Amino acid sequence: MTAAAVDTAPAAVPTGLARGRGGGGPAPKRIVVAYGFWIFILSDMVMFSAMFAAYAVLYGNTAGGPTGAELFNIRNVFLETLCLLFSSYTCGLGALSAERRDPTRFLIFAALTFLLGTAFLVIEVTEFSGMVEKGAGPTRSAFLSAFFTLVGTHGVHVASGLIALIYLVAQVVVKGLHPAILRRLLCWSLFWHALDIVWVGVFTLVYLLRA
Amino acid sequence: MLGKLTWEAIPFGEPLPIVSGAIVGLTILAVLGIVTVKGWWPYLWREWLTSVDHKRIGVMYVCLGLVMLLRGFSDAIMMRTQQAIAIGPSQGYLPPEHFDQVFSAHGTIMIFFVAMPLVIGLMNFVVPLQLGIRDVAFPVLNSVSLWLTATGALLINMSLVIGNFARTGWWAYPPLSELAFSPDVGVDYYLWSLQISGIGTLLTGINFVTTILKMRAPGMNYFRMPIFCWTALASSLLIVAAFPVLTATFVMLLLDRYLGMHFFTNDAGGSQMMYVNLFWAWGHPEVYILILPAFGIYSEVVATFSGKALFSYRSMVWATLGICVLSFMVWLHHFFTMGAGANVNAFFGIMSSIIAVPTGVKVFNWLFTMFRGRIVFTTPMLFAVGFIVTFVIGGLTGVLLAVPPVDFVLHNSAFLVAHFHNVIIGGVIFGALAGIHYWFPKAFGFTLDERLGHASFWCWLVGFYLAFTPLYVLGLMGMTRRLQHIADPSWRPLLLVAEAGAIVILCGILCQIAQIYVSIRTRERRLDLTGDPWDGRTLEWSTTSPPPAYNFAVLPRVETIDAFWHMKRTRQPAQQRAYKAIEMPRNSPAGFITAFFAVLMGFALIWHIWWMAILGFLAAIAVVLVAGWSVEREQEISAAEIAQMERAR
Repeated sequence: MTAAAVDTAPAAVPTGLARGRGGGGPAPKRIVVAYGFWIFILSDMVMFSAMFAAYAVLYGNTAGGPTGAELFNIRNVFLETLCLLFSSYTCGLGALSAERRDPTRFLIFAALTFLLGTAFLVIEVTEFSGMVEKGAGPTRSAFLSAFFTLVGTHGVHVASGLIALIYLVAQVVVKGLHPAILRRLLCWSLFWHALDIVWVGVFTLVYLLRA
Repeated sequence: MLGKLTWEAIPFGEPLPIVSGAIVGLTILAVLGIVTVKGWWPYLWREWLTSVDHKRIGVMYVCLGLVMLLRGFSDAIMMRTQQAIAIGPSQGYLPPEHFDQVFSAHGTIMIFFVAMPLVIGLMNFVVPLQLGIRDVAFPVLNSVSLWLTATGALLINMSLVIGNFARTGWWAYPPLSELAFSPDVGVDYYLWSLQISGIGTLLTGINFVTTILKMRAPGMNYFRMPIFCWTALASSLLIVAAFPVLTATFVMLLLDRYLGMHFFTNDAGGSQMMYVNLFWAWGHPEVYILILPAFGIYSEVVATFSGKALFSYRSMVWATLGICVLSFMVWLHHFFTMGAGANVNAFFGIMSSIIAVPTGVKVFNWLFTMFRGRIVFTTPMLFAVGFIVTFVIGGLTGVLLAVPPVDFVLHNSAFLVAHFHNVIIGGVIFGALAGIHYWFPKAFGFTLDERLGHASFWCWLVGFYLAFTPLYVLGLMGMTRRLQHIADPSWRPLLLVAEAGAIVILCGILCQIAQIYVSIRTRERRLDLTGDPWDGRTLEWSTTSPPPAYNFAVLPRVETIDAFWHMKRTRQPAQQRAYKAIEMPRNSPAGFITAFFAVLMGFALIWHIWWMAILGFLAAIAVVLVAGWSVEREQEISAAEIAQMERAR
């Protein structure tokens, strides 16, 4: 992998010293950065799990208001899901092109990822505003509070991911595929894939198991 | 324009907050004035406020913790005094409205802005030195963490004079903390200051997990790590796994309060017990986030001052990790009285008792380390021994409370208050004080005065027992916690003893202030020129005191546990003199400036000043984007410079 080769490699350690796990001295920067970002993603997952738990507790508490079965349009949600999952595919292709140091292909895939992510958000915002118009906003019942918070938090993550993507593309355009920027792109794609995993949970627990 | 903020927010009519606020304000102005007159700003900005050096950040965390200890302690002594005089016909000097704010602020400050900064500060200072490396994994992020924590501390102290603080207790249970019952800004101060400082804490956790797992000196595999690093790792893992739950819980309460949602409200299907569950799903691991690093400190101190390797290092590691896992399985014991049913209570009661087993393993390890050791009773060692005795008592009352039927009797009584102060003062605070005494010479190059250190220890120990033993008894007599007025005059003698205990602890704190003053005045006589004043065992003692910015000119090679002890016994620690250039992170103002805008944003959100909140948020994001733009964040120290600096030591 080119990026790793460019990074400052750790000082060579005599093999006799490096017995057992982690005896080889500080890891290269690429490993450290990606590892730290993984830990961040795990913490984000924990936050989502608290919100999933809240949804699971509250989803029956509709306070006489509409239930999920009355509100959700599964066709739209499926379309939304396809957008997000395909954006992960283009994100992966973009990451491969970046690692091959091919900025043009990277920019094309980044643009596709951005479009698909935006489409996801547009569908989500339409769904939300439709519900609010029907009088099923987040203040209607505990169920709807939990629904809007869980799905909305995921949406906020997607939106901030898109802003970060613009920012990183700008860095690539201005500075090229510098090792530091490659590390940031690696973290960004980890983030984007993690949002897919959360969405799979949302799609299953919120939409498919609708009350 | 200014949201809910009007002149009425400042309590001109009430002398207590105005006078104390004025004293604090004048002190701050005096300090800023001295710094300006002496022309220290450039130095402060360059060397401290923008520093990303883990050692400087650690020192600043500890300073924050100690200053906030004074604030939290003044709350404590106010409450003890109120309870000592407001008995029978007397109403005391604190009206209920005030008393409620004082106990809420006391708990919040002591947990989040005293115990956490002390523990995280010591982790910051010590862990990279013990691992034999030059900094943490993400130095700039580390500075952001520090300043976000300071932001939270600042916001919570603002509530003293601008508006008021929560009257809900330090856990802010709904429905009391909902808008319907707490319509003013008190709960918002609580929520935003903890939300902002919580982000800082989470980033610290991520930083230290990465540092400890991915950046260690060559040869240091897991079972060669110093025990304090193990406990710091366990604590950081708990931060990563628990703090997001608190963040999510507070988000829900904020949405209830700001956008009229119904997570925890009485109407529209909200569930208050969900808040209590979520809160303690964070809250119980939090206890271990605090105590595990303290266990690590005691392990280092006991081994060093017994002149022996820690007894059964491996069992200590496994006990630490066992506690780390078990800490997530006991949260319900905070509310056995919720009515979850006998089987649920039995499960959590048994789990809570089981967690005493690995803790017991640790106690025996410390005892066997001291057994036949050549014990030197320095101040940190005294705190360690005082801890073992005190903590065992606190642990036993904890096991007692873990029995659900007993808990039904003692729930929310003074007995509970005595129990958790027993483990937090006797465990976390004694640990932090031991750690500060132990590593002070490493940080500043001279030792602290032992005579005053001993005096302070005895005051803390005696004061603790005087203050809290009566509360155990009062709890058994039926006294509930947080009483602003005591109806039963027969409790007076015990409450007076508790008050006396608080005054003895005050003497301990005064001794410490005197100790720092005297030690600085006489530092020429107590210089630590060797870098190893205690005949230490781990790598931090192998470098100079204070260490150079890069910690180690050449990364040490680790071949055993207690690497430095081994080096001292087998060969000269001085290694080859072939220095290589070192890359060090550059200073960055990003953390300080982000925190400045976080203060603006937090304050604006508390007072519903929406334009300022948006402005503060966008500005903070802009700082992150600007700081994230550069690709070169390191500067190189050349081999020649290092050789020069090393010759000068």
